[in-house]
Amino acid sequence: MRILNQVLAVTRLNILNLPKRIATSMVAIVGVAAVVLVFAAVLSMAKGFERTMTRAGATDTAIVIRSGSTSELASGLGNDQVLIVETAPGVLRDGGEAVVSAELYVLVDIRKKSNDSAANVPFRGVGSRAFDVRDSTALIEGRMFEPGKNELIVGRAAQSEFKGLELGAAIKFGRTEWNVVGVFAADGGVAESEIWTDVRVLQGAYRRGNSFQTVRVRLRDTGAIAGLKEALRNDPRLDVDVFSERQFYSTQAEGTSTFIRVLGYPVTILMAIGAVFGALNSMYSSVSARGKEIATLRALGFGPLPVLISTIFESTLLALAGGLLGGAIAFLAFNGLTVSTLSNASFSQVVFDFAVTGDLLLQGLVTALIIGLIGGLLPAIRAARLPVAQALREL
Amino acid sequence: MKYFGLIWHNVWRKKIRTSLTILSVLVAFLLFALLNAVGQAMSTGGATTGAARLVVVDKVTIINFLPRSYQNKIAQVPGVAAVSHQSWFGGFYQDSRNQFPQFPVVPDEYLALYPEFVLPDEQLQAWKRNRTGAIIGRDLAELYELKIGDRIPIQSTIFTNKDGGRTWEFDIEGIFDTTDPKGGTAVLLFHYDYFAESNTFGDGFVGWYTLRLADGADPVEVANAIDEQFANSPNETRTSTEAAFAASFAKQFGNIALIVRMILGAVFFTLLLVAGNTMSQSVRERIAELAVLKTVGFRDGTVLGIVLTESILIMAIGGVLGLGLGWLAAQAIGSAMAMFVPGGIVISADIILLAIAVMIAAGLLSGVFPAVKAMRLSIVDALARG
Repeated sequence: MRILNQVLAVTRLNILNLPKRIATSMVAIVGVAAVVLVFAAVLSMAKGFERTMTRAGATDTAIVIRSGSTSELASGLGNDQVLIVETAPGVLRDGGEAVVSAELYVLVDIRKKSNDSAANVPFRGVGSRAFDVRDSTALIEGRMFEPGKNELIVGRAAQSEFKGLELGAAIKFGRTEWNVVGVFAADGGVAESEIWTDVRVLQGAYRRGNSFQTVRVRLRDTGAIAGLKEALRNDPRLDVDVFSERQFYSTQAEGTSTFIRVLGYPVTILMAIGAVFGALNSMYSSVSARGKEIATLRALGFGPLPVLISTIFESTLLALAGGLLGGAIAFLAFNGLTVSTLSNASFSQVVFDFAVTGDLLLQGLVTALIIGLIGGLLPAIRAARLPVAQALREL
Repeated sequence: MKYFGLIWHNVWRKKIRTSLTILSVLVAFLLFALLNAVGQAMSTGGATTGAARLVVVDKVTIINFLPRSYQNKIAQVPGVAAVSHQSWFGGFYQDSRNQFPQFPVVPDEYLALYPEFVLPDEQLQAWKRNRTGAIIGRDLAELYELKIGDRIPIQSTIFTNKDGGRTWEFDIEGIFDTTDPKGGTAVLLFHYDYFAESNTFGDGFVGWYTLRLADGADPVEVANAIDEQFANSPNETRTSTEAAFAASFAKQFGNIALIVRMILGAVFFTLLLVAGNTMSQSVRERIAELAVLKTVGFRDGTVLGIVLTESILIMAIGGVLGLGLGWLAAQAIGSAMAMFVPGGIVISADIILLAIAVMIAAGLLSGVFPAVKAMRLSIVDALARG
């Protein structure tokens, strides 16, 4: 109990005269803040990208793609194969008609609003059931394209990120002119980065004959995917892979988010090491500035342990303050910031928001705490071992 | 220089503090070197970027093919010295994570366009004799420990061969190096003839054309002439220099340079605070000493110079150590990052020059306030206080 009282007393004294050492303390705080800021900012990109990619993923929708294709772009399916998929077991039927959408996926160059450089924007030809095979996708403005016409509807994110996609605008790809007649939302999912038109019109415009790349299938229920896989794999006329939508998109997200992590974690670790040096520096100066005070306390009968604990407490407090500051700046400056990047897997643009999530902030604070503990330990030991007589003589 | 002993002594007055400051500086320059190197590698796409080459791609999107017949028409455009084509094969080796570029090419035409690629003649001849032969770059050979004579399966995500499979086997007949220090060689090249015969889409198309300009030809004029020739055809083209093509591709990843700059900004802001704090503490502790220096006749300018040199010295020691470590780290992580940054991570001369400039600037900035304070010191006050 006596020790505890001593600890409280010394710590209180220590905190009370912190303002005297404000310059040095600020260095430690800002150092830690910078680490947490960079950590949260970089990792929130990976988080946001994953969130956009996986939000689209339902488990009761399947994607049928030519086997071995790692992206829709590389796939190819004939009309006959699409018909086989439509009649396969496990496919949801609505009034006798299969709820599927056979789709064609091409890329068009559109300029980004942010840097005016050309970007690979996904241009998808969809069937009339496109909205039925996708959850939470809906038109929010304008109307649906008319089959057979050069009309297109644009995803909300694509519209805000790329030039010339305003409702009512005409846009030219190659020699074909298209009219933007509607805008759709997909609850922040990856489909919002795309533009859609009637698959038959797209086949014509890009001379793809009667071929498709993927078939999206609404399943009777989540469990039906096993039966569908089995049936399609055993059909000698087909050479396809079947994925649940969720599985497909989370595989697609891997490459890019791994890249951001590969970049982000080492940078954070290096910066954290740098911040430990900064914190050590601050705490050593704090200890030397408090030399007289510590010696006086020791002479009055305070033990070395309270001195040690109070020094570690001080550095942890400074680091936590830095962590909170860095986290707050990261949240205010980056959370919800919209950017777009080229997805490694699909070779096309994905528009997403930075997501500074609670667990990222928590990880940042833990990092700050560790920096504070390490940065405080050695100076604290020095403070506890300060030779009392000598320190008092220096007065 | 004659004060160097004095300055050196002052730097190490508080060993722990100086060492810690130098270590923070070291970390900052380690990050500086690596982030800039990664940024540079990303913005060139690891590609060789000869200024005298142009790339002709489909105007709508680079994934569209161009007709094979364009080659002769491009060759006839005034200012074009040589032209050849490449196509994206989209393959991987063993695991879909092991992606690297493979191009079906016409050997002599292709190598004539890329004189920086060095391939021993007997290997070139062996390659030309073997229809399913391929050559690979040194980077790739080292990455997957491949050697001449190996037969490697490449699985294409795009092209099916006549057997109905997507696994294409190639015999490695040669390994080439590059004389371009910034250029990567993580590439596999194989015969276009074999590709055209064996894939199920048939021949008659290529991915894009690369051409070399004749001496003195204006790249803009040549590019316009080519694009005009194919205007209003089913395959309109867009011609740009190889460097601009690579840069436009890199831009698609979003503003990586901006993110790198932001991180570096945060790092250096912190660094300046740490170093500036060290310097001002050190000056504060030495007020009496500086006053003595002035008393014995040191001029104001000399005192200013001494303090500034001290802070630049701290930056320089940490900076050089950091760059050295960065160089070592680049060697080590280059191969781990090969999947993302094919050319490897190179700490180029411009990064080093820039780093030196930053060291001096940061040294001046962090030292200037304490130094001015030291210079303006009034001897009487300082001695009285000390």
